[in-house]
Amino acid sequence: MKKTLLHITLILIGILTLAPLLWMVSASLMPAGEANTFPPKFIPDNPTLEHYRTLFTRLNLLRYILNSVVVSVSITLISLLVNSMAGFAFAKFHFPGRDTLFKTLLSAMIIPAQVTMLPLFLLLKQMGVINTYIGVIIPGMASIFGIFLIRQYMLSIPDSLIEAARMDGASDFRIYWSVILPLAKPILVTLAIFTFMGAWNDFLWPLIVLTRDSMYTLPVALANLMGEHAQDTELMMAGSVLTILPVLIVFLVLQKYYIRGIMIGSVKG
Amino acid sequence: MRSAYLFLAPAMTAILIFFALPILAAFLMSFTDFDIYSLGDWSRARFIGLDNYWNLLKDPLFWKALKNTFYFVLVGGPLSITVSLGAAVLLNSKLVQFKGLFRLAFFAPVVTTLVAVAVVWRYVYHPRFGLMNYLLGFFGINPVDWLGDPTWAMPALIILAVWKNFGYNMIIFIAGLQNIPEELYEAAKMDGAGPFQQFWNITLPMLAPTTLFVAIITMIGYFQFFAEPYVMTQGGPLNSTLSIVLLMYQEGFRAWRMGYSAAVAFVLFFIILIGSLIQFRLQKDVNL
Repeated sequence: MKKTLLHITLILIGILTLAPLLWMVSASLMPAGEANTFPPKFIPDNPTLEHYRTLFTRLNLLRYILNSVVVSVSITLISLLVNSMAGFAFAKFHFPGRDTLFKTLLSAMIIPAQVTMLPLFLLLKQMGVINTYIGVIIPGMASIFGIFLIRQYMLSIPDSLIEAARMDGASDFRIYWSVILPLAKPILVTLAIFTFMGAWNDFLWPLIVLTRDSMYTLPVALANLMGEHAQDTELMMAGSVLTILPVLIVFLVLQKYYIRGIMIGSVKG
Repeated sequence: MRSAYLFLAPAMTAILIFFALPILAAFLMSFTDFDIYSLGDWSRARFIGLDNYWNLLKDPLFWKALKNTFYFVLVGGPLSITVSLGAAVLLNSKLVQFKGLFRLAFFAPVVTTLVAVAVVWRYVYHPRFGLMNYLLGFFGINPVDWLGDPTWAMPALIILAVWKNFGYNMIIFIAGLQNIPEELYEAAKMDGAGPFQQFWNITLPMLAPTTLFVAIITMIGYFQFFAEPYVMTQGGPLNSTLSIVLLMYQEGFRAWRMGYSAAVAFVLFFIILIGSLIQFRLQKDVNL
């Protein structure tokens, strides 16, 4: 009895959380106008891909997907390298001011990124990288959260491994590359997913830096499309599906790593 | 030791140039009249002391944005945390089958793109054809013009935010729940404590550190809300969903009053700082 009640509650919550997403997919397959009926339809009568076709042929969606892919993949790769190097230094080296520096970085995490955006925009304008991929990528290169995540993980790698490699004459960079990084693979995957999703879903900074239509990332393009096509419900749903699908797939495939990231992040805030 | 600095150099350089210095610059900027004319020639910006901050205090739009943001944080934050905790307690029960499946379903909205789901929810809130009014119809509730009515626009955005975010904190709560020793519950049961008493006297106190962490990250995140009003309401109707960050964006990157906008950004920063300090202090009291 108690068990049944519990499961009914859980199923109800599940329906509530999934309904908007399922309706989005379903409505994106309806012919124009069919989503605007009462009572709402949940299954299209005659499923069609016309809106997806329109997005790719008339509305340049492929270009936005490409922009999003280039930006998100670049940010992910660069930040993995940069943050893993810094995380390694914090975890495995003793240098003056290490703990102070680390604590300062951690407390800086409460500073909202919006505070930096005005001067950052001016700086990047001076560098001539407004409306370029580089302009979007730059603020995402290093992240304090990423450094923290990697350091926590690397602390658990035994020092004896490093000392053994050093005895064999390996340089510090060699140790980082051939000993530490392979051992840290799980946390690198975790950080890669976090970074990729964050970059893919990011909105405010790309909106500020990208003013030319052909450079828009998907979220910026979608918000812009909303201005002109607010009445075309089914078309907007198709655009939303294409924006969400890549991150949802990455998550479904690698969810174990993503969940681990949340856990580590919450151990010590 | 020298290699330590080499390993740190790329990250620290990036953080210094593209994070730390801009914070300092924004602080200085908030004391200038940096505007669209200064954009071409920085030397045209003049130092005007605290004028931006005084003007903020006299700006009804700023107060409106501040009020709306606090509404969103103080109602949305606790609501979201409560839902997360509730879902975590349910999911953590030993009776649940297909745990992974439920967890996946509850978590799915977290990984979605905020702009895209804001677009979807704009239609969910459609006064005539939307799912929300359809659902409420079963309970005999008359259609609500969610995004067109100043009273309902903010609750609408809060519901969306809770739907989108509760799965994240739920995961953290589940981890916290699993760390509570089983013996505590067994001892309580021996003493005749019911499920509600167990929750109140064991679960909640044991979860206090987790709750503090969740409360702080939720608060910081909610204070920065922007995409929902940008996509769904443009801050309207009647500025009822204008947020601090939306105001900062409009002043800084639409009207190009960047000095003024920097002052808005710093007010946000100080509010978040004070909020975090208060919560840390509360935590200390709880631990004593």
